[in-house]
Amino acid sequence: MGMTLAQKIIARAAGRESVEPDEVLWVDVDLAMMHDSSGPRRIWPALEKLGVDLWDRDRIVLVCDHYVPANTVAAAEILQTTRNFAEAFGIERFHEAQGIAHTLMVEKGYAQPGMLYVASDSHTCTAGVMGCLALGVGSTDILGVVTTGRTWLRVPHTIRVQVDGVLRPGVTAKDLILTIIGDKGMDGGLYQVLEFVGTAIDAMSVQERSVLTNMCAEIGAKTGVVPADQVTVDHLAALGIDAEEGPMSDPDAEYSQTWLYDADMIEPVVARPNRHDDVVAISSLGEPVVSRAYIGSCTGAKYEDLAMAAEVLRGRQVADGVVLHVAPASRAALQQAMADGTAQALMEAGAHLLSTGCGACPGIGAGILAAGEVSISTTNRNFKGRMGSPDSSLYLGSPYSVAAAAVAGRIIDARDLIGTAT
Amino acid sequence: MSDLEVTSSPLIEGKVWVFGDNIDTDVIVPGKYLVHDLPEIAKHVMDGIRPGFATEVSAGDVVVGGSNFGTGSSREMAPRGLQAAGIRAVVATSFARIFFRNCINVGLAPVECAEANAIEEGQRISIDLAAGTVTILDTGRVLDAVALPEEIGEILGAGGMENYLAAKFAGEKS
Ligand code: SF4
Repeated sequence: MGMTLAQKIIARAAGRESVEPDEVLWVDVDLAMMHDSSGPRRIWPALEKLGVDLWDRDRIVLVCDHYVPANTVAAAEILQTTRNFAEAFGIERFHEAQGIAHTLMVEKGYAQPGMLYVASDSHTCTAGVMGCLALGVGSTDILGVVTTGRTWLRVPHTIRVQVDGVLRPGVTAKDLILTIIGDKGMDGGLYQVLEFVGTAIDAMSVQERSVLTNMCAEIGAKTGVVPADQVTVDHLAALGIDAEEGPMSDPDAEYSQTWLYDADMIEPVVARPNRHDDVVAISSLGEPVVSRAYIGSCTGAKYEDLAMAAEVLRGRQVADGVVLHVAPASRAALQQAMADGTAQALMEAGAHLLSTGCGACPGIGAGILAAGEVSISTTNRNFKGRMGSPDSSLYLGSPYSVAAAAVAGRIIDARDLIGTAT
Repeated sequence: MSDLEVTSSPLIEGKVWVFGDNIDTDVIVPGKYLVHDLPEIAKHVMDGIRPGFATEVSAGDVVVGGSNFGTGSSREMAPRGLQAAGIRAVVATSFARIFFRNCINVGLAPVECAEANAIEEGQRISIDLAAGTVTILDTGRVLDAVALPEEIGEILGAGGMENYLAAKFAGEKS
């Protein structure tokens, strides 16, 4: 019996020839990341108590993104602690106010094919887009990782998500993954790895693919992975990193399930407030009124997301009574958007530019919602109160859908605005 | 390390508070409290779904949930907050994986029990982690639960990852 990509990475990391699903094993970690919220503020005291050094400072990435920029003294102190930690331990891959960690792990080429990567955040799975096994854990887990370079895990089963065909114009990876989550439910992938394959995946950019792996957290999965291919290798080559394609699942690998999707059938969809698996086609939604729109987060504010929004907003204005916030996912995303006129199009349309960082996505930064406010956002979660008041309402959609809602003041099919209506 | 095995940990017995499916960490500890420290967070645990919960629970109580308990954000303050509020164990039909790990790491017992739905609010239960059973003391009914693998039981048995690491490093130094 062959092995899946996930099994191969785990077997190597456990020093074994092969591993079986459900085995509990200790593995060696190749790369670790922690951020301001889950990192030093939580583990530094314990590290001092243990009286040990870091396992390998060159394999640890540290990012300030959740509390950037600080808007309370407590937040400023969290950032300060994180910065001091980076200096005290000599962590060179420390980034403050340069972007959201998951975006940086891909953008900077830190995550590479075949790695076993562990970080203390639930959207660590994003990095699976590079063909690595990217596992999110909590902060005490990461304490174990950064002191020993090891962690325990249960070998997961893998679900093969095969998406063939072509996404139609105006339909995005966000619509695809929301559709899948709507079909399978927020626990549909519990404990398992989602492996994305098929011609529709082959045709996607790294950034679009990363929306699929990012939102594996929203289906309960252990992680998501896109087997590395030429697109992955080219992305790394552009950063001066010489990578091979990395491990692939064997042809006779055993999958627990196969989910088949036809990309041509995917429609623009949104998740309705409070449940990201309550997914409906915009065409059957009844055009609910919104007064707030948010383009942000590791899922929905990369350069390509900003460019999609600009396609809708160019030459149009945000509707009266609507506020559209844009919080780019990284400094590089904003710079690229400035270089080609994307940022200008957003600003001319009346968007309000916010700082790069997690921002309002976890309800910490600027742009949060009051009771009774209705918003649509490119983020990945809409649990009750996630982005502010528990009595606010938050829809999730693609950058096209959010931009179109900002223009119309209602959730409408963005294809009516970008000339791709069918 | 046999003295740290889960078999040596006592039985857990407590009064039950029942919650539903997909209880997420944003309702267990809303993001706005994350800036605070644990004692303050403990006062607001479950605020997102049952305001005032923290003032009603007594030390040693047990939370019972449905499927995918602890989904969402990886915040460890969710199990830590429950624990600081006095909760001793969480029994659920299934757990979100990071929440499950976080429970182990902070020393709060996560008990996977397919029949957790049979347990009612206010009942008293006793949990045997090593045997993998949950007994409803009011009725005497015994439910099957997943016994923890030894590798994981060691960490929980040590009282969490910090103690486990301390013992491990102490062992390496001696
Ligand atoms: S942007 Fe939102 S989902 Fe992404 S890491 Fe930050 S808080 Fe988490």
